[in-house]
Amino acid sequence: MGTRHKVLLLDDDVDLLDMYRQLLTQLPSQPEIFTASSGPRAMAMLEADRFRLLICDLKMPKMDGLQVLSIVRRKHPELRTVALTSVADEQFRSRAYALGVDLFWYKPATEQEIKMFLECLESLLGRETENGFRVVQSKSLVDIIQLECISQSSSTLRITNGGHTGKIWIHDGEVIDAEAGDLVGEPAFHRILSWRAGGFESLPPEPSRPRTILKSYNGLLLETAQALDEKRAKNGDGTTPPISSTVPQLSQIEGIEFVLAMKPGQEGPPMARGLENPERMAEWSHQIFERFRGLGDRLHAGPLEHFEGVGPQRNISLTTHGETEFCLGWKHSMSLDQVREMTKKILTLWAS
Amino acid sequence: MGFLRLFSKPAATLLRLPSGSFTVDREGTVLVRTLPSSYPMELVEEIGQQMIAAFREAAAVQLPLSEIVVNYSSMKITARELRGGAIVFLSAKGNLARTERN
Repeated sequence: MGTRHKVLLLDDDVDLLDMYRQLLTQLPSQPEIFTASSGPRAMAMLEADRFRLLICDLKMPKMDGLQVLSIVRRKHPELRTVALTSVADEQFRSRAYALGVDLFWYKPATEQEIKMFLECLESLLGRETENGFRVVQSKSLVDIIQLECISQSSSTLRITNGGHTGKIWIHDGEVIDAEAGDLVGEPAFHRILSWRAGGFESLPPEPSRPRTILKSYNGLLLETAQALDEKRAKNGDGTTPPISSTVPQLSQIEGIEFVLAMKPGQEGPPMARGLENPERMAEWSHQIFERFRGLGDRLHAGPLEHFEGVGPQRNISLTTHGETEFCLGWKHSMSLDQVREMTKKILTLWAS
Repeated sequence: MGFLRLFSKPAATLLRLPSGSFTVDREGTVLVRTLPSSYPMELVEEIGQQMIAAFREAAAVQLPLSEIVVNYSSMKITARELRGGAIVFLSAKGNLARTERN
């Protein structure tokens, strides 16, 4: 028998903990189940031992589930997480997904729901880390689609990759439609899954959406995996372009006054164009990232996406792509909408 | 297994992201707010103080700003400089409507 994974259950209700512990003993992989009745206790256990999965209640006194998940996302990015709640509120669902949870689940109340819940947990426990498409919250898009389909859910996934946006509609556990730029249906689905990085959010379902995809989700995912394998074999594994060769290219974009790209912890001066004192600007922009990431954690507002500023001399935008942080200066005459669009263009160029 | 619903507890409440606005003076003190009274004052103060600090630090690196927009995945914060202080707008993103469980 292989190694048994460890699962940590967090809920302030000890009766519920006992009940879920019993439910989880039905999992075929027979994981070791541990329990914690408070956020701080759970954090201490996660520090002390290596867990595979955290199942976290949202409504808890003092340190609620969103706070726990927010910390876990930073400190234990490899940990799979499930938010379990009785709060039927779309805001908490989208916020939990924004915090990078693998699964958001209303507390199962029927035998059928429990069965589906356990199937999803088993799937999460068994999945190995993949090197392919991983979104900013360290969650695979394929994982999400599979989990939504296994759990017979309905939702709309909005995926962004640099300046590109795509949508995948799931209804009762089937992928029914997709859209990416001019593409719709299966081609759009394949295009979206070929994106190597990005972010996504889960939107409310649109049951009235006409169905254009008739294949099963398994068939679709298999086809996509094959197409990606063929592409990799043909082109070799792409690597991120070196910062030094890309920054001058970015500084040619219309309206831009300066470009600064840096990786936290990187030795040597930041790569920059159009700045007299890039070190000082790098220090300031890193400070801004830290300041507002910290604020976002305390507000439970999810990851910081971008920071924009309008000034009498120039406008600025701060954003990230992977580990790289960008600080971009724009002409004062540009509106914030234009700055936003051009920033997306920069990220697309970078990603390509 | 419907008995499991009995375990849904009404105790602790989760904090919803707020929508509304407030003004802060140059010291970061909140002057007026249109946010829900249930939203903790210390968080409102912290947002105000961070915004004031961001305006100051930007000016210190020769990047004076009159407006700052901070986008999080679930929330957007917009701050406009106001004679040393700021007016700050908060808006939660996404579908905020409460949904009944099917």
